[in-house]
Amino acid sequence: MKSRIPVVLLACGSFNPITNMHLRLFEVARDHLHQTGTYQVIGGIISPVNDNYRKKELVAAHHRVAMVRLALQTSDWIRVDPWESEQAQWTETVKVLRHHHRELLRYLPQEEGRGQGSAVSQAPAAVPELKLLCGADILKTFQTPNLWEDEHIQEIVEKFGLVCVDRVGHDLKRYISDTPILQRYQHNILLVREPVQNEISATYVRRALGHGHSVKYLLPDAVIAYIKDHNLYSSGSSCKGSSTQNNEGKTS
Amino acid sequence: MVQTPSPKIPQQTQKASSLVPVGPVPDNPGGARVCHLDQHLQRPSMENPQKTEVVLLACGSFNPITNMHLRLFELAKDHMNATGKYRVIKGIISPVGDAYKKKGLISAHHRVVMAQLATKNSGWVEVDTWESLQKEWVETAKVLRQVFRTGSHDAGSRTDLSVCCFHDNIQACHTPVLRLSDSSRHHQEKLEASGGEQRDSPVLERPGRKRKWTEQRSEVSQKKPLEPQRKDVPRVKLLCGADLLESFGVPDLWKREDIANIVGSYGLVCITRAGNDAQRFIYESDVLWRHQANIHLVNEWITNDISSTKIRRALRRSQSIRYLVPDLVQEYIEKHDLYSAESEERNVGVILAPLQRNRAATNSRTTTA
Repeated sequence: MKSRIPVVLLACGSFNPITNMHLRLFEVARDHLHQTGTYQVIGGIISPVNDNYRKKELVAAHHRVAMVRLALQTSDWIRVDPWESEQAQWTETVKVLRHHHRELLRYLPQEEGRGQGSAVSQAPAAVPELKLLCGADILKTFQTPNLWEDEHIQEIVEKFGLVCVDRVGHDLKRYISDTPILQRYQHNILLVREPVQNEISATYVRRALGHGHSVKYLLPDAVIAYIKDHNLYSSGSSCKGSSTQNNEGKTS
Repeated sequence: MVQTPSPKIPQQTQKASSLVPVGPVPDNPGGARVCHLDQHLQRPSMENPQKTEVVLLACGSFNPITNMHLRLFELAKDHMNATGKYRVIKGIISPVGDAYKKKGLISAHHRVVMAQLATKNSGWVEVDTWESLQKEWVETAKVLRQVFRTGSHDAGSRTDLSVCCFHDNIQACHTPVLRLSDSSRHHQEKLEASGGEQRDSPVLERPGRKRKWTEQRSEVSQKKPLEPQRKDVPRVKLLCGADLLESFGVPDLWKREDIANIVGSYGLVCITRAGNDAQRFIYESDVLWRHQANIHLVNEWITNDISSTKIRRALRRSQSIRYLVPDLVQEYIEKHDLYSAESEERNVGVILAPLQRNRAATNSRTTTA
């Protein structure tokens, strides 16, 4: 039986705050990859963006990391990684991918030593592939001039790969055919359908919180409790960051 | 002491066509009207004792309950409270009984348990099991009327409120049935004797009712006890999606007099993404138009299309439903292996209970004519 390629999914974004929609991306992507028969998803990583990204209304990274951690308390395969948020400056997505890929290689389980006594020696564990998980809106931002460096886009799709989840109002196939680099490596771009339209944007959540409206069932209860305890996103609270800079697109 | 209502509360909720958006409000208090409402609402309602207490009832298959169902309660509560006229004090989920005969409907017991698990962490929404236990299906309007007239529920009964309908599709219409004890019937007779309707009914058992509500709350659900006495009886309103509203147009699904009763005596709180379509539907219906003041349309700004049908389909395909339903519900479904190709075949070929009953009634009328 052909063994599956192990995959780790990495999602970068503001997660300001994390919502059920973000979490759903992982579940939907994992199901899809498994269904292809080619992959075995062995882990997921959420990497909240650095404060120096300077996106409007971005609350402090330590809060965003804490909220993701709370949201993932009940997940047995996704974890939060604060590395990106702890860097001195904003880090391009491709560098975040490189970092986590290095870490994955470093902690590969060792297979030698097992199989003693068996006739056939065991093959070393397959090197996991690290893929960038994103929504369709991110794929679209590849087209925006000067937002991404071309070499970075190439490295992302060629060396790592994309798992891109459908979103209402976006035409994934067209984005790929419109962008030469994406078209060239389209075999490395996995398109995932999400039949359950779930447009819970963090922007909407922030606004609702600002007006004292309920956001229950849009994000995990533990995250809502944290937001209330720390008075985040209320109409009077201060927010870091200025208007969106000319940087890589990030999910809200 | 005379409490005058805030002069800044706009009258827009009088019209069914008004949509109070759950959306951005300017920071400047001197700005848009909605801004004033929001600011007033931050204060406890003790300041405005003229607010009508409202209970939101939802009935439906809840097969299974999803985050979308739960979300509708939150949207409705925020909207109704934002009008400045109402204070939503309770939400009730009443899963339909098995006698409804909808395709794919699994046992009421499981559906009730899942709803209870789903509302475990809610401070104001709970589950009523009475309907789920009934042998026969009962029209919503009849239940609403009886529920309200009985006043307080009796010992052991979870609620005396009518129900709102959530529907996955147009066929999913039903009414909850409330248990009527002897004393409830007594109250009902007294009310009927005095010619009371929901609006004018003498409040016979107000203090007792409140006590029972409080007792019931604390003993059954351990939720926060109700605040001190209010003069008016809480109003019961049907919480629903636009599909229920439009299901009024499906032949034989509803009795015409029932629709009039529901919107006339009780009211609807209807969550919709397509406000214009809902408004048009109301406009095109004489009975809905007549009672448009009693139909509150609430705009759902974000698409949240988590239907039970899709959940069941995902489960049949071994796909994840995490973050679409509360974690406890997902675990329960997994533990009991609730949904499958076989369960989806239940009631295939069986006519939905309301259709069966209403068509039979129509037939008997025409044959005896």
